Amino acid sequence: MYVAVKGGEQAILNSHKLIAEERRGDTAVPELSLAQIKEQMQLAVDRVMTEGSLYDRDLAALAIKQAQGDLMEAIFLLRAYRTTLARFGESLPIETAGMALRRRISAAYKDLPGGQVLGPSYDYTHRLLDFALAAEEGVGAPEAESAESGIEAAIPRVTDILNHEGLIEEEIALDDAAPVGDLTREPLRFPAERDLRLQNLARGDEGFLLALGYSTQRGYGRNHPFAGEIRLGEVAVEFVPEELGFAIEIGEITVTECQMINQFAGSAERPPQFTRGYGLSFGHCERKTMAMALVDRALRARELDESIEYPAQDEEFVLYHSDNVEASGFVQHLKLPHYVDFQSELQLIRSLRKRHAQDRREAAE
Amino acid sequence: MGASLSEAGGQAGPAPAARQRWMSVLAKARLGELEEAWQGLDDKPAYDWLRLPEIGMVMVRARTGGTGGQFNLGQMTVTRCALRLASGEAGLGYVQGRAKRHAELAAVFDALLQDAARRPVLEQDVIAPLAAAHAARRDDRSRKANATKVNFFTLVRGENDQ
Amino acid sequence: MTIAYGLAVPRTSESSGGIDTTDLRPGLGDPVHDSQRFFRKLLSAMAQPGRPVELPGAPEGPVPLDPATAAAALTLLDLDAPLWIDWIADTPQLRAYLKFHCGCPIVERSQTAAFGLITDPEHMPRLALFAQGSDQYPDRAASLLLQVPSLEGGPAVTLSGPGIRDSAVFAPDGLPDWFWNDWRLNAGQFPLGVDVFFTCGDRVVGLPRSILAEG
Repeated sequence: MYVAVKGGEQAILNSHKLIAEERRGDTAVPELSLAQIKEQMQLAVDRVMTEGSLYDRDLAALAIKQAQGDLMEAIFLLRAYRTTLARFGESLPIETAGMALRRRISAAYKDLPGGQVLGPSYDYTHRLLDFALAAEEGVGAPEAESAESGIEAAIPRVTDILNHEGLIEEEIALDDAAPVGDLTREPLRFPAERDLRLQNLARGDEGFLLALGYSTQRGYGRNHPFAGEIRLGEVAVEFVPEELGFAIEIGEITVTECQMINQFAGSAERPPQFTRGYGLSFGHCERKTMAMALVDRALRARELDESIEYPAQDEEFVLYHSDNVEASGFVQHLKLPHYVDFQSELQLIRSLRKRHAQDRREAAE
Repeated sequence: MGASLSEAGGQAGPAPAARQRWMSVLAKARLGELEEAWQGLDDKPAYDWLRLPEIGMVMVRARTGGTGGQFNLGQMTVTRCALRLASGEAGLGYVQGRAKRHAELAAVFDALLQDAARRPVLEQDVIAPLAAAHAARRDDRSRKANATKVNFFTLVRGENDQ
Repeated sequence: MTIAYGLAVPRTSESSGGIDTTDLRPGLGDPVHDSQRFFRKLLSAMAQPGRPVELPGAPEGPVPLDPATAAAALTLLDLDAPLWIDWIADTPQLRAYLKFHCGCPIVERSQTAAFGLITDPEHMPRLALFAQGSDQYPDRAASLLLQVPSLEGGPAVTLSGPGIRDSAVFAPDGLPDWFWNDWRLNAGQFPLGVDVFFTCGDRVVGLPRSILAEG
């Protein structure tokens, strides 16, 4: 229970002023521009867009600046802003097979059509602090190598190549006219189908999904995953304005896609074959999409007739706790005044202690 | 002619595929490039708003596994507007981001391109260079990515036959 | 998974054929602020049932909409608000107007609509043919924009309930005979049941489901 407490108004106003000063930091240091955040903190921007569930690099940069780099706070800001905007409609499904690739790797196949394209990744760095970046004069304008020609267009996905042998389950759109669940319109209900689960995981907290994905690998879930393919690049977003009645491209977004391939022993209905888990994010959020794909696969236990024994397989547990805006709100609400609550608990404890002492006295007599 | 936003076809109107293509090019262009094209127009048309530039969102859909059932990935900001030229053509702008001026210029060019008399020149002087600039940006990124493609060397093990 | 109002039309695969804007009337001059202003007025109308509220600056909509009806439609309808319209209002111009300015889906079955737009009250569907809400989601009942020839001079009823001190007299004209009997049934199933905005000229009268009407 909360009671309205007056008297904090001036303190709150002054707290706002203090945070503004702290956010700015030492004024002898130049102020951070949104362009700098957008260009030089790209992965933070990507995470805020993905979990804030709104693709807008400028707004994500603003949120990061406003939150002093607290990404969860920035995600909250973006989610809150989003509620002020009208929705024009839904895009056509993005075509990740037609992605303009900047990175594409497979841990399952070495010599795959289209090749292994490492792209921009920290995977192959030494994880040694680079003091060159600390130099006063900065790094100048580093230049990447450029090949004679670009990557060929429309490189097939690894999972589509495997499909030809029937060794891996196919992902088919059975009913493309079926309504698509939307968490921003309808509250989550169980059992949740894969559309709702994937939407939830896509905006879910990276740390939470990473831990859950990790747990499936360590034995808390029957999961023997291979990173079938990870790809990063740009896809066009197509939209059908009602005014026109036909699709136009309204822009391009960067996405990361992860296809996990998992062993499946088969069930009464299905022969042994590889099954799949899927991860997709805005921007470059590779760790997130890998974890998402592991958890997506674990949550398919019900559909694949596997026993549900571990946290990552429990859709209520996973989907109810994945959202960091909700989680942080509920945890942090404990900071709100609970004075009356606490007073009543205090009284209760006092009376229980009194009775306890009395009981002991009586027992001793 | 061309008074309807959906006008596409008819005797003087463009084929939907053509309009679809130029609207996509206009949406993916950089604002600076569009401003330059606008400044380069000799006779800038007057227009009335059918819908003032308005910022909203589009829910981005994807497919499970890339090919399966649809799901909602997240939303993106989009700006749209609609206007009508004094000559009657109605133009529509739908562009990514919070970009009122971009949407406005996209809509003006969309309207102008529906005028069969102006279309060939605009296709050549505006749409073709915008499409080329976009393709060049894409190619630049793609060539840099291609430079990171792995060339595996397979080690031959065992005895060498003489 | 349930979809509100049972609307399950994926817009993306719909071939809408576009919107004919040849005779399109402009919507609100200042969409954000005008709709905020009208929304506030509509709230007042619902908060004080039976009392006419003026909507100054209400736009001239397409035939047969009165300005108050057009203002309410432009303010309340959007992509998430499936609309049912009666046969008199169902013209290509009105469809284009609502689709362009509101983006609302227009549905064939009154039961699946969040809003009903009625311009010919004499032949309107019975109130029970609109969404009544459910015990879990009473908010999923329909709201009706009911345009009448006059807000006065019809058979009078006495309104009572929340928002009305003692009682108020309301006498809209042009309603079907059964209307107030249906309203008794509607109010009797509170918290379920439809809410009505009566519109005429540039005025609106709110009648929420919580109000009793004695004839």
